[in-house]
Amino acid sequence: MSRARPEPVQVVKQRRDAALRALTERIPYAGYLAISFDRRGDELTGVLPYDDKLIGNPMLPALHGGVTAAFLELTAVVTLSWTGLWEEVESGALSLDDLERGQLPRVPKTIDFTIDYLRSGLPRDAYARAIVTRSGRRYASVRAEAWQDNRTRPIAQAHAHFLMPLREA
Amino acid sequence: MSDDKLAIARRFIAGIPHVTALNMDIVEIGDGVAAMRLPYDTRFVGDPETGVLHGGAVSTLMDTCGGAATMAHPSAPDGTATLSLRIDYLRGATPGQAVTARAECHHMTRTVAFVRAVAHDEDTETPVATATGTFTVERKT
Repeated sequence: MSRARPEPVQVVKQRRDAALRALTERIPYAGYLAISFDRRGDELTGVLPYDDKLIGNPMLPALHGGVTAAFLELTAVVTLSWTGLWEEVESGALSLDDLERGQLPRVPKTIDFTIDYLRSGLPRDAYARAIVTRSGRRYASVRAEAWQDNRTRPIAQAHAHFLMPLREA
Repeated sequence: MSDDKLAIARRFIAGIPHVTALNMDIVEIGDGVAAMRLPYDTRFVGDPETGVLHGGAVSTLMDTCGGAATMAHPSAPDGTATLSLRIDYLRGATPGQAVTARAECHHMTRTVAFVRAVAHDEDTETPVATATGTFTVERKT
């Protein structure tokens, strides 16, 4: 028995990046905040580039807490969708054509979202990662954390519950 | 008197870049109470298939409104920042409609403000979202 020959790396990367683009580029609010995702294998890091319009306290100055909340919620929902899609992207069940046309299953809906503010957000870029702590057929729990200059000094942490989209059997 | 307070709050809010970027406005201000409006904008949509606003935009409205209610408390804090905020998304806001949040600072200590908030669209029966939050209270003396 011979093992199937692995796909060329550029084919794999092209499909993974198309899936990620399809997930994020269709969310207008992510575009408004200019949020993008850095991918290393299956690991995603959200990137929120600094912009003057994100300031919530001009005296300090500090990022608006709502921006940090939106950033964490987006990172949570994109990571959750990405985790769910991974198998289909890898197997090729979702073709590159489908992905490039933005053909993706519906995104999960946020049921509740809780955020703790740990430090004020400085006027510079922020990063975030999320961990899917449980993903069931109907509900999912996700934790997320945002930081700026120092990964060990998070500016906020959040946890959220999501209603999973119904999928055809 | 109350109109003065509203004018002061509006001027304060106008100095916050992200609040003006989202076109949010204060519609009511009272003792420990604030109401703010977020007009519908296609740039703030979360799901383009339905046109429903992103939860993050509603978070920003709730957060700002909670901070405004804290600042409007009769004990007159000198400053505030959000400690924690929990939002329950009851339903998607109807596309095309503004969302209005009303927050109430129902308890205040020397250092912490406890806030409840509710957000509606034009359907005033069923809220879009509810929130509870805690805010820091800064006092110069």
